[in-house]
Amino acid sequence: MVNTNTASKKSNKAPNIKAALSIATSALLGTSVLTAGVSQAEEADEWQFDSAFLLYSETDRVSATEAIIAGTKVFDNDEILSLKLTVDALTGASANGAVVQPNAQTFTRPSGSGQYVTPAGETPLDDTFRDTSVQLNGQWTQPLSDNITGSVGGHFSKEYDYLSLGVNGNLAYDFNKKNSTFSMGLSYFQDTFTPEGGIPKPHSSMLVGDSSSPEWDGEFAKTRTGKSDDKSTADILLGFTQVINRRMITAFNYSYSMVDGYLTDPFKVVSVLNRNGLAQDYIYESRPDSRVKQSTFMQAKYHFDDSLLNTVADVSYRYMWDDWGINSHTIDTRFTMPVGAASYIEPHIRYYQQGAADFYQPYIIEEQAPLGFVSADYRIGEMTAVTVGAKYGVSLNDGDELSFRLEYYRQTPTNAGFTELSALKGQDIYPVVEAIIAQVSYSF
Amino acid sequence: MKANKAVFKARSKPSRSKFNVAKTKLALLSIITLSLSACSSLGVEPWERDLLAKKEMALTSSSIDAALDDHIYFSKEASSGGKSFGGGGCGCN
Repeated sequence: MVNTNTASKKSNKAPNIKAALSIATSALLGTSVLTAGVSQAEEADEWQFDSAFLLYSETDRVSATEAIIAGTKVFDNDEILSLKLTVDALTGASANGAVVQPNAQTFTRPSGSGQYVTPAGETPLDDTFRDTSVQLNGQWTQPLSDNITGSVGGHFSKEYDYLSLGVNGNLAYDFNKKNSTFSMGLSYFQDTFTPEGGIPKPHSSMLVGDSSSPEWDGEFAKTRTGKSDDKSTADILLGFTQVINRRMITAFNYSYSMVDGYLTDPFKVVSVLNRNGLAQDYIYESRPDSRVKQSTFMQAKYHFDDSLLNTVADVSYRYMWDDWGINSHTIDTRFTMPVGAASYIEPHIRYYQQGAADFYQPYIIEEQAPLGFVSADYRIGEMTAVTVGAKYGVSLNDGDELSFRLEYYRQTPTNAGFTELSALKGQDIYPVVEAIIAQVSYSF
Repeated sequence: MKANKAVFKARSKPSRSKFNVAKTKLALLSIITLSLSACSSLGVEPWERDLLAKKEMALTSSSIDAALDDHIYFSKEASSGGKSFGGGGCGCN
């Protein structure tokens, strides 16, 4: 809630860090920092920075920390440059796809070197999960005529085992006194995945045994198809925004997304069970090499009056469907309520429900194994998820804003109609995943 | 309301399909025209934008929160995008 009127106030008290960042950004861009001192100071003040530090932590599983710094500068002709740097680090355990068993299970690490044991009655988690990524985004937006705004952007991100490059372009057309806007956007991403241990051969059995034996490496290599694989994503987004009245604005989007290439998760296996439900084998999952996703999205924002404390309600709904047989509903609501003159509290509730992909199976039963596409990844199975939390923000004297967000996220995977085998009776086949999202943001 | 009735009628007589297709098209066209003319009566004058201009009334009031949320839900659920690009750019688990 930075008050725009406060921007001018800031010039005298601009913190050193902002000036330093502005000069650093100008240097990166090659824009002139050698101009006269006065104009440099003015230019420096036009940068607006938003920064955030986020902690995402699941109970007994993955935990991630993410830091973002984004700078925005508005030039004379309403041209806007935005740059964003994101760094994140991930550690902890991630479900490997295998189903819980009444006895302990041994798995080979994705790299092929070493094994890990999951105790009886516990969901198998691969605890070697570790990754760091750096991401850069840039976006240039400018008016092309009185009613048309254009925007182009680029994306680069690098993880230890993943490289992604992306571009996007958008056009927006305002009409009806700028109360209505049509927009169209295109984006294209090209990703390369080089997982540790290489790309596993779909349906091949996970090699389990003595990884120090001389034959191990040769045997392990037989379960691999290569070192890396690619994926491309092309998105089309059509949008319509309508101001209803002084207190209300609405938005409607349709998006079409084509993903082609390697869409399998190389770290995920599927348990092969006997008729009693006891694991006989673990095979690497296999997903189609293309996916077409579509979605409709609608949003309404309403500014209540004094009687409801000038609260701003933000309600949105998304329906997504794809050619994997997945569909999902997402309802997201936020209420921004002013507290005193300079702070606000913002409760947030999000509800999400998805159906399973056609080829999702929590496990395969021997003999019945239909070895087409198969994945036991709960993230493409049937589930509901709820996020509940709140954000508290306070405007500081110099126009900066400090905010804190704390949320609880709970995923509840459900049985999409699969028969439960005798050995799995009483076991938690669809374990709940709980996470805490904590964030501190500072805008200056 | 009239336009909706026309659609209903068109569907109820499948034997005269050609005529009905034309009728449906006409109905759709009227709906679109009606919606567009309805839109032009919606909205505000430039001097009535005091509330709409507030930061909390922006469709995306915090782009940083939106980016962080997108990253989390992209990694944990089968859906992404809708409000903005779904994108790739992540091998996240």
